[in-house]
Amino acid sequence: MLLAKIVGTVVATRKDPRLVSSKLLVVRPMDPRGKPEGGYIVAVDTVDAGVGETVLVVSGSSARMASGLKDCPVDAAIVGVIDAVEMSE
Amino acid sequence: MQLARVIGDVVATRKDDNLAGLKLLVLQPLTPSREAVGRPLVAVDAVGAGVGEEVFFVRGKEASFPFYPVEAPVDAGIVGIVDHWDLG
Repeated sequence: MLLAKIVGTVVATRKDPRLVSSKLLVVRPMDPRGKPEGGYIVAVDTVDAGVGETVLVVSGSSARMASGLKDCPVDAAIVGVIDAVEMSE
Repeated sequence: MQLARVIGDVVATRKDDNLAGLKLLVLQPLTPSREAVGRPLVAVDAVGAGVGEEVFFVRGKEASFPFYPVEAPVDAGIVGIVDHWDLG
């Protein structure tokens, strides 16, 4: 899984029927110390997260195992809101 | 599977119901000579690993298999703690 910060929202009217009522957010992956890295990702929100929050993103076919996403055409889902990351160094 | 060191842990109160009770750890993948390689990632722990330990982990949907029949939404999971490794 990746840590990411939510940076925006996506609105799409015409989309796959299984995506109707899904909330789509733009996230920017970051390293555990908070530094942004890599490109932006559109992810389906399953935990009622909002812009500015740090979240846990699950990718690939595992994203379909998130709550309410069974058989949905998605490859990234937000499955947790991060309270804290504690690093050893 | 890949070798990695556990370098941190993640706390998340609001999360998917099927993640409840699972331990989330930060991993740094390693080469066999113990150099960091690639980006750190968050993995779920299936074997009781802790910060500072060397482990191996699996990527993809298989990471959820240790928690079957619960379908945990995870794409990386620690499945073993390494005692030692040798390169011939």
